[in-house]
Amino acid sequence: MNRFVKAVYSGLVYCFLYLPLVTMGVYSFNASKYSLSWKGFTLKWYGKLLTNASLLDAAMHSLTIAVVSATVACAIGTLTAFLLHQYRFVGRKALFASIFVMMMSPDIVIGISLLVLFLAAGLTLGFGTLLMGHVTLCTPFVAATVYSRFRDFDASVVEAAKDLGASERQVLRYIVLPMAGPAVLAGWLLSFTMSLDDVIVSFFTTGPTYEVLPLRIYSMVRLGIKPDVNALSVLMILVTITAVVLSWRLIKEKT
Amino acid sequence: MKGSSITKYVIIGGVLCWIALFGAVPTLMLLGMSVLTPHPSDLIAPVFSLHSYARLFAPALVTMFVESLLMAGTATVLCLFVGYPFAYIVARMKKRHAKTMLLLVMIPFWTNTLIRTYALVTVLKADGILNSVLIYFGIIKTPLELMYTPIAVFIGLLYTLLPFMILPLYATIEKLDYRLLEASRDLGATRWITFRKITLPLTFPGIISGSMLVFLPALGMFYIPDVLGGARSMLLGNYIRDQFLVARDFPMGATVSIALTMMMCVMLFVYYRSVRRSGRKASL
Repeated sequence: MNRFVKAVYSGLVYCFLYLPLVTMGVYSFNASKYSLSWKGFTLKWYGKLLTNASLLDAAMHSLTIAVVSATVACAIGTLTAFLLHQYRFVGRKALFASIFVMMMSPDIVIGISLLVLFLAAGLTLGFGTLLMGHVTLCTPFVAATVYSRFRDFDASVVEAAKDLGASERQVLRYIVLPMAGPAVLAGWLLSFTMSLDDVIVSFFTTGPTYEVLPLRIYSMVRLGIKPDVNALSVLMILVTITAVVLSWRLIKEKT
Repeated sequence: MKGSSITKYVIIGGVLCWIALFGAVPTLMLLGMSVLTPHPSDLIAPVFSLHSYARLFAPALVTMFVESLLMAGTATVLCLFVGYPFAYIVARMKKRHAKTMLLLVMIPFWTNTLIRTYALVTVLKADGILNSVLIYFGIIKTPLELMYTPIAVFIGLLYTLLPFMILPLYATIEKLDYRLLEASRDLGATRWITFRKITLPLTFPGIISGSMLVFLPALGMFYIPDVLGGARSMLLGNYIRDQFLVARDFPMGATVSIALTMMMCVMLFVYYRSVRRSGRKASL
């Protein structure tokens, strides 16, 4: 392939990936309600968005659940990775296998099986069940990310610490966690975006009391969407991009 | 030492409990539910029955399975054909540029999939941007009817899943020893033969893992056919959802979910085998 063909090809791929987002961004400033032809620049959809409390609520719910579930998933995932790396115990291989299977399981099966669990336990679907759903979705990915970082460690550092009399807890706190830091951060970000991105698990595990943005949009698509959704989507895209680019820099500097 | 072993058992116990509660128990419940009988008011009756499994072989369901597999398979092949050249181009760049190129691929992927699917509607609809551009340049006279067709669903799946294909492909192509390609060329192989005999086998693990990452989600993403394809085609994902939320036939929904999981396990097994085999080949 010569340079020209390469440039054109990658240009087309980027065009395909970005065209819908750019179009939506442009339409969010279009004065025409039916977003077909350009009727002039306006900020009124952004203004309207500020008065659409239920839509803003859904967006806030999405962000809240993403932050909380990423944090919880990080805690459990890091512990799991630590466990797999540090200890030999009966069932270690089985634990490995279950994490791998959970990671590869289709979202719809995770969503359905959790729904069955929650119904059987008599839980009311809402924030709590949604949180458990997202944590279940994200934790295996955190565990895998952090575990692969642990494997690249120099094991002798931990041994040296133990020889010098450090307890398990001290090893965990002063050696393992700082070394795993960047991977844990990467896992947090992965979880955060996975949680924001998720439609399917949320669909089955949340209830009417706790509506998240994707589900709100999903129910609106059938009724015909209004332009303020464009505006909100643009804002959400900006939030994710900012978070991701910032943290990408952070990870790059640390590693 | 006593304190540390307590820490150890607390950690092991906690993690195992977590996996059991949210991994094993729900799966077992699903499995259990699939062999029970649906009940009009209590949802399920505790009566053993393989009725749901028998229903899997009803012509309508077999058609649905075949259509879903074909749809996911086509999406996978599309992603592979679009993604492979792209991953190859990026992998041969300077590392610094490659990182930026990949970041640019990842950014849309970090945006909520449903929001992106909805964004795709603004491009594809009859008076959307694509038709406007094509008509403006005189390529077509009347707008193409893309929305609510299988083509729209394929575009949606390609759009959503392409990064899942590009990233593993990039990872394997990047590791490729380019001296092998040069040697092959020096020994007189054509570009095509070099690609087929060297590049393709060596990047096979990437192709397999990329395909799995595309194929499995494609089977379950009920909202993409819903938003872009209209209600015409019933696919696995939509069917499972409807069994639980509309038809209220929990055993049947559970059975189809189990079938989907089984397909995943078979694919994981094939993947495991193929990576092992190609690993042996590469080491020879």
